[in-house]
Order: sequence, then structure tokens, then C-alpha cells
Amino acid sequence: MAKNAWPSADRRKNIGARVSRLDGPVKVTGVAKYAYDVKRENMLYAKILQSSIAVGTLTEVDTSAAEKMPGVVAIIVQKDGQGNLPKISYAGDMVATVAAETEEIAMEALKRIKVSYEAGVPQMDDKDPSKASGRDQKKDQGLDDDNLSADEKLKQVFAAADTVSEGYYGLPIITHCSLEPHGQVTEFREGELYVWPSTQNVSGYANGLTRSTGLSADQIHVDCQYMGGGFGSKFSTDKWGEVGAQLSKQTGRPVKLMLERDQELTTAGHRPSAFANVKVGVKADGAITAMEVHAWGSGGQRRFRIPPTPYVFTKIPHYRTLGQSILTNRGLTRAWRGPNHPQAALITMSALADAAAALGMDELAFFKKNVGLTDRAEVYAEEMDVAAKLIGYREKAHLRGDKTPGPIKRGLGMSIHTWGGKGHNSTCAVTINPDGSAVGRMGTQDLGTGTRTVIAIVLADTLGLNVDEVRVEMGSNALPTSRASGGSSTVGGVSTSMRDASTNALNTLLDKVAPELGVPAEKLEAWGGRIQEVGKPSNSLAWKDACGLLGAMAITEQGANPTSDGTNLTTGGVGGCNIADVSVDIETGIVTMNEYVSVQDVGLVMDEKTAESQLYGGAIMGITYALFEEGIYDPTTGAMLNKDMEFYRLAGMGDIGTIKVHLMRGPKYEDRGVVGIGEPAVLSQGAAISNAVANAIGVRVPELPLTPDRVLDALSKGGVA
Amino acid sequence: MSAMENDQAPWDMSRRGFLKGVGTGAVATGLMQGATDAEAASALRSGKPVGPGAVPITLNVNGTHRWLNAEPSVTLLDALRNRLDTTGCKKVCDRGTCGACTVMLDGDVVYSCSVLAIEAQGRKIVTAEGLGTPEAMSAVQESFVENDALQCGFCTPGFVVATTAFVRDHPNATLEEVREGMGGNLCRCGTYVGITKVAYDLAKKGDA
Repeated sequence: MAKNAWPSADRRKNIGARVSRLDGPVKVTGVAKYAYDVKRENMLYAKILQSSIAVGTLTEVDTSAAEKMPGVVAIIVQKDGQGNLPKISYAGDMVATVAAETEEIAMEALKRIKVSYEAGVPQMDDKDPSKASGRDQKKDQGLDDDNLSADEKLKQVFAAADTVSEGYYGLPIITHCSLEPHGQVTEFREGELYVWPSTQNVSGYANGLTRSTGLSADQIHVDCQYMGGGFGSKFSTDKWGEVGAQLSKQTGRPVKLMLERDQELTTAGHRPSAFANVKVGVKADGAITAMEVHAWGSGGQRRFRIPPTPYVFTKIPHYRTLGQSILTNRGLTRAWRGPNHPQAALITMSALADAAAALGMDELAFFKKNVGLTDRAEVYAEEMDVAAKLIGYREKAHLRGDKTPGPIKRGLGMSIHTWGGKGHNSTCAVTINPDGSAVGRMGTQDLGTGTRTVIAIVLADTLGLNVDEVRVEMGSNALPTSRASGGSSTVGGVSTSMRDASTNALNTLLDKVAPELGVPAEKLEAWGGRIQEVGKPSNSLAWKDACGLLGAMAITEQGANPTSDGTNLTTGGVGGCNIADVSVDIETGIVTMNEYVSVQDVGLVMDEKTAESQLYGGAIMGITYALFEEGIYDPTTGAMLNKDMEFYRLAGMGDIGTIKVHLMRGPKYEDRGVVGIGEPAVLSQGAAISNAVANAIGVRVPELPLTPDRVLDALSKGGVA
Repeated sequence: MSAMENDQAPWDMSRRGFLKGVGTGAVATGLMQGATDAEAASALRSGKPVGPGAVPITLNVNGTHRWLNAEPSVTLLDALRNRLDTTGCKKVCDRGTCGACTVMLDGDVVYSCSVLAIEAQGRKIVTAEGLGTPEAMSAVQESFVENDALQCGFCTPGFVVATTAFVRDHPNATLEEVREGMGGNLCRCGTYVGITKVAYDLAKKGDA
């Protein structure tokens, strides 16, 4: 009888091994069909006209000239809930959508739509906390005192510190910039809707279309086998999903509606900015005693939530955090990989590194000294040692300010981070056929993280087969439901439900095989392509022969996370430590990555290859926001000025230096079960790289990205120059 | 767009055979669409204005001649994706920055978003599909899978084409040369570590 638990290390053939992703061959040969690649017979191409103003009201949208263009088939003008022209809250808001015979005609038609506005004055300033609105977000710890008010207590604890360090830190709004833009192909057939969206939410997508189409969710068929990046921005059906479906219904033809690159940048996802004044009180021996954070920032028209500060060092005895939200006329924020954690890491870890520098203390020694103020001191301490060794900390480290002569200054900087990553709700079905074929079915999605491969790994290991001997069906809402992929919750969710279902299916098979092998099912196991008596491989049946005993009836069993028997196969809560090694040219202000080390607690690794890829990818994405990424907006018009890929810069191959990743392995970590690592991979880079630059040049560059102008500006105020 | 545009013209027949084969009803179209690569190229070079309406275009894609009608302003990328069924070149920035639409044109690496379809006539166009199939991948493609040099995969086919050309042109490239030479393509998931290894290893082996 197979147990609903992860197999012991000696019974893991594929789990934790280096398995190549199963969809690699179709992706590298260009034949994998993404939403953007879907082409249907008689399909129309739709394009969106965006608002050029950032705030105001549309007074008239004249589509008559566009309608007259040959090849234009339908035009939809956006309306609010009351059927009026909508209010505009950012430059890029949807105004109208044209469906035409070709993409070129649709684009041309957009130019012929005349839009009249009553424009207001946009509020674009997210750096001035006096522009905040709404309730302040305040949290105190250790400021209760019988004789003192919290304000007085705060003053007292800072007065008692040996050194108080103060600093200002910030990061601007950045975008998701998924390479496959948001959008979908829609098609009505016999009164039902078929959608091929680029989504992180296959099972839940249809719910977003029921109201606007008048269909029930079971009449909406969603298919997404491959998707070109989401990073938290592709959970919802979005306005363009509704409009696409409406155009298909109206025209009776399939419609492809994908955002253009500029629209992807203005509209399809932002990470909120965050700025903070931070005060840290420390004892002469380096012990942190007090912290005060005043943070503000903007999530466009959505409320800014204060990042979780103090980050990781949550046991700092006395602290106060105050958060203020500023509304600006920018596109809506969406969850950006590890929501609010990169901001929290920058604000906290930069301030702590500055406190260490103020004490004249080595950064690593300072972090280690205070590791007891975190929730997992032992894990962080171990990770710090591993990271320090990988980067050659002892050989390279120096106190703040590289004193070597010449314009190139080198420095190290570190940061630690945390994330949850417990598996989400997921259901699935496993079928074992009498011919020995086995298939797992689940309405989940593979964002490029390797979900498809992980599901196959679990199914194969449970049935004692090779990965290429099982099949996975996913990416369709006709399959058992699985939650959206967000917050690193997918790997824990899908691997648990698949382990549950495949164990249930195997046990049903073992019941059939038991009489044949003359031992009770409890004494049987699936291993090496056979069903065998535990400890006695001579008493066994080849997998196919065992399945042959099923006669004409295949087995289908269900599984879920949470599991039916309550077994917990996934946990949340991980720690990681990153160290950056940079060089800074103090004449040009250019920061160069030498080396980056990412050490991560990941629970039980499912696929070492794709797990490492998450850490590599996270490091690179993090280097990108540390050095290059920034949404730049005209303060007067509110227009995004770098809505392209020349000036909204992503790191290239030459920008990243050498990256080393390390997964914490061994029973202590693996016994925790499966934990997601998509988010933890990308949380510390801003802080670690900013700290490394400060260590190199002897002065803090307060805001990300660490562009040459910002570096030179900081150097003009101090440091080694 | 007519259904015929996606049909494959029988280019291996002689032009005369082709005209006979299609019958009189289609002769007029056949004449236009039956132009050889050389004829198409020379028409383009003749300096005679074409467009702005749709013109017949012949493209040699992955060793197969394809014909279509498109405005002279249509890019090679849009022609391959929207007029033909090619999906190995992706549309990402659409202005020559990211490399997701990279194809080979007579062996040279180009951004297909920055080449007009009419300019590509008479030249051999190779996309990722033309380098290998899932069942028979090229050495570069195999190495991408082996080194997990991909995640979401949207930049990947363009990178595969760029890497193939790089490895061909830079035997024994150093790590620095790889990083420099492969800088024309961008990835959002962060797959550069794997891609660097693919290019470096294969350039050293010289068997791409």
C-alpha cells in the first residue's frame, strides 16, 4: 500500500533529480502555440485605442471615419457601468477597440478615431508624502509603557542606543513587461465561447467573462498550454478579455486581441513604488535595539500598502512603522513577483547595512550578530555561511568605501529575505489504463516555471515509472480545478494533489495485483517499472502486466491539496541569503555586476534543474530592477515616456556577471515538504546590490535603479570620490 | 486574406508547368504569384514603385516557397506570423530591440520586425522551426533543453536562431565574446545563465 507522503530519499528517482523540462523541445523549435500564436479560420485582429490624457472625461469618441475604412469590421467604444463614456484615470486607459481583417488595418483605423476629452491635471508625484491620502498605516512594537506615551517611549529607546543611523531609501514604479503581452483569442461556436488567453489562472479565467457574455462558466472553454510570462500580472480576464469576447459575439468571427508593447507597459501591470525614511538604533556591539520606518509610495489609483518592515528582523525589540498612500494617475498596480517584499528588503536591509557602516562593523558580522531577531535564525546563519563561502567574502570584504587607488571601486553587499510558498488548493485526477498508460489531469498552468514537468515527476515517481512513460494534461478549464499560479503556491499545490491522486490510483491497482502476487496490498510497492513485494523484487509483475489485470476498466482516482486524509505535503515559510559583488566606476557612475550569489531554503526540491532556473532567473530579474528598471512619467501630462524596450531597459546577457545559486538540501530542509521558490528568488537583489554599491563607493545611493546619474549624484555628496 | 495564401505553391515545377497545372481561370493570379525568387528580387530592385495596396510576395521560408499578398509596408515578422503559419518568431518589442523575432536571412541574423516582407524576397529565411523539430532537434536546440536555457519560452526561438549563428561564426568564443555577441536578444524570465553555457560549450565544440 503506497503511503500519501513524499518518498524517502532512496525511493526518489525523479523527485529532486535534474529532469529536463518536458515542453523544452516544442519551445526551442518554435512550434509551441502561445495565445499570441493562435490562428483561427476567418480570424479578425483587434487593436486598442488608449487614452492620451492621464485624467479627465471623454466627451466624444467619433468612430465614423474608422468605420468607413475597408476591412474594419467592428468597433467597440468603452462605456462605464451606466453606459456613459468612462472617466480616465491614467494615460493608457482603454477608449475603443477596432476589429479588422488585418492587424495593419486595425492599427490604421485607430488613427482615424477622433477622441474629445475634458482633461484634468494629473497627480504624478509619488515622492512627496504630503500628497498622501486615506488612513495612515501604523504599527508599533515594544512601545507600550506604563509611564510613557508610545511617542515618548520611541524617543527613549533611540536615546538609549549607542548609535543612531538615519537614511532615505526608495524604488520607483516598475512594470512587469511580460514578453508575451496580455490578450487572448476568442471564438463563439454553437453559442459557447472558446478562449485562448495568456493567463496565470486557467481554472478561474472563465468567471471573469460570465457577466459580460451572459454565458455560464461551463459554457466558456479556456485553453492555455504555454504562456509568455506573467510575474503576477495575468490573473484577471481584464477589460480586453471582455471586449474580445464581445467582438467575437458581435461579428460571429474569432478575434485576436493582444496588447501592443507600449500598452503592455502603460496598462498591464505595475509594481508600486516605495520610499522611506528609516532610523535604526544599535548598541556598540552591533545589537539592533530600535527601528522607525516612515514609508510612502504609490500604486497608481490603487491604495499603497506599507511594505512589511522591519523585514525579516521582526523581533527588533522596539519599532514603529508608518505607511502613507499616495494616489497617482498611473496604470493599476498588479501583484509583481513577491508583492511588497523587494521594497521591504530594500528599505530594511539598506538601513541595517548603513547602521553597520555607522558602527564601523562588517556587514556580514552585523547581520549574523542580529540573526536572532529573525524567525529562522538557524537557517539564515547557515545560509549566510554558504553564501559568504561561495562569493569569497573573507578574501574580498572591506569596510565601507574601497580605499584602493583608481576609479574602479569594488564592494560586497548582502540581504536576507523570506516568503511563504505553501501550496495552494488544487484538485486532479489520475487514470491508469489497462495497457499501462497513465495520465494526470489538472486545470493548472505552466508559466515557464516547470509546473508541467513537476506534475509528471510526481506522477512518475509514485507509479515507479520514468517521466516519459506518463502523460500530463493541463492548461484547460475542462480539467479538475487548480488555483491561479501566484505567490509561489503552485509547486506545492500541484505536487501535493498529484501525489494524492496518483497514490490513490496506485492503491486501487495494488488491490488488484495483491491476489496475483499472493501478498496483501500493504506489502506491495511500485518501483523501477514493476509492482513488487517490498524487499522482495523476485515476487513482482512488470507494470504493464500488472495493469493488464484491470481487464477492460481503467482506474481513475482523484486527489487534492489539502489531501483527503489530511496529510500535509507542503509547507510555507522560507529564508534566503543573497550577496552581491559589484564594481563601480566613480568617473562614469556605471555599476558592473561581478558576481551574484543566491542561497535559498526551498523545502523538498522537485526538479533540481528548474528549481535552479528559478534562482538564476530571479537573480537576473532582480539585477534588472536594481540597475535599470524604472517607469518614467511626464509630470505634466502623465504620459509614460519609456513605454518601449529601448528605454524601459531589461538586463542583457552582458549585464549580469557570474551568478551562483545554491539550494539548501538535506533532511532538515526536505522533511518540510514542498515549498515554492518563484518569489524568494527575486526579493533581495535591490537591497544586496545597493549595499554592495555603498560598500564600494562609501556612500549610499538612496534610490533604485542604480543608474550612473544617481551614482554620480550620491558621490557628489560624499564617499570615496 | 484568401484561403489560397496559405497554400503552398508548387515551386519545384517549372513555371510553364505551373501555369499549365493551375488552369486558365487562375492564370492571371498564377502569373503574378508564379514569379521566381530572382524575378521577385529584380522587380524590387527595379525601382518601380509598389503599393500602397497589397502586392504578391514570395518568400522562401525554411526551404519551402510560400506566397502571399500583403502591403509593401508589412514587416517580415507580420508576414510570417499573420499571413503564414510561422510561430517561431515572436512579436515582443516590434522595433528592433529585443530579438524575439530573430530569423536568418541568407544566413545573416536579422530582426524580422525590422525587415519588410518584400525585401526578404529571393532570400532564404530560416526560423527556429527550420533548424530542427521536437523529434529531431539541432545541437543548439538540444543544448537549450539540456541546460534549461528557457523558462516561459517566448524569447527562446529567437535566442535559438541567434545562438546558432553565433556559434557558427565564433568558434572557440570566450565567455566575454559570448556575452557581447549575444547581447541582441532579451529575456524577461532570466535564462541567460543557461544560454551563455549553450553558446560557450557549443562554440568550443564547434559542432553546432
